[in-house]
Amino acid sequence: MYYVAFALLALSFYKSRKKTTIALMKAWKSFNSIFTKFLGVICLVGIMLAVFDENVISGLIGAESGVIGMIISSIIGSITIIPGFIAFPTAKELLEDGAGYSQIGVFVSTLMMVGVMTIPVEVTYFGKKVTILRNVSAFILAFVAAYFIGKIAGHVWF
Amino acid sequence: MVLKKYLFPFIAMLAIAVLYFVNNELGKKAVEITTGSLLEMAMIIPPIFILLGLLDVWVPKETMIKYLGEHSGILGVVISFVLGSAAAGPLYGAFPIAAVLMKKGANFSNILIFIGAWSTTKIPMFMFEIESLGASFALTRLVVDIVGIVIIAKIINGLMTKKQLEKIYSNIEDV
Repeated sequence: MYYVAFALLALSFYKSRKKTTIALMKAWKSFNSIFTKFLGVICLVGIMLAVFDENVISGLIGAESGVIGMIISSIIGSITIIPGFIAFPTAKELLEDGAGYSQIGVFVSTLMMVGVMTIPVEVTYFGKKVTILRNVSAFILAFVAAYFIGKIAGHVWF
Repeated sequence: MVLKKYLFPFIAMLAIAVLYFVNNELGKKAVEITTGSLLEMAMIIPPIFILLGLLDVWVPKETMIKYLGEHSGILGVVISFVLGSAAAGPLYGAFPIAAVLMKKGANFSNILIFIGAWSTTKIPMFMFEIESLGASFALTRLVVDIVGIVIIAKIINGLMTKKQLEKIYSNIEDV
């Protein structure tokens, strides 16, 4: 990333000194206005990941099945932020341990689309209304996706 | 003003400190994870903002309006999906990029599609998902999510009044 950025910056500087200065000023301005919120979110994510480690999540998701299991999974998925390369293997283990496909589907979907922790950042950009609408509709979509995943991947034709 | 700006990270750090006193081990772990994420952020965020600054200065507004603007139609939808899917990084990294696209005249519904694509249809993650959870799981989720993202984008865009959208766009100029 740094290489690409600096290469393009050099090219830009070569083409126009003035425009490059403006670009850097704009970059600094937008960075400065959001930096503290990023910092806060990263601290919250740190706490989340420390408290909700793989074992805790497995315990919570694995324990209940059916609708209650899906609701629990969706809440955990909405609150936590786990990068995909950790989430997918965890989800795989949960499936192997007997968790339902719908539950895992709702967990993975909410994990990616619903971000309770990042709401402070989202509101800064899009305002309250869009942020709430987006997160609520993504939450609902997660259940729709999970329904189809349960049918198609889980072969449960309920 | 300055105080207000630092209030949120201050509370978050305070929460880590409280966690440390309640449970030493968890507190240490939280500090470790946070430091790790900060280093990761230091690798990604500054160059992203530099690139965004350059994009802001060099890409003419007309180009963006043509491909992502009000009348970009299905092409705009496809481009938004491609932009979001090709990306890497956490969801909150998508917001500053969305902001620059908006400044340049991208349609709000396309912005919502971009955000949706960034969160769920990222290509490297999709490959990894197939590997871990199987093709039928990953494909079903992908198809439902693509349809869902477009529907959600249209609904939210439809629910916004012209005035509210104008406010968001003018607000973006200051972020």
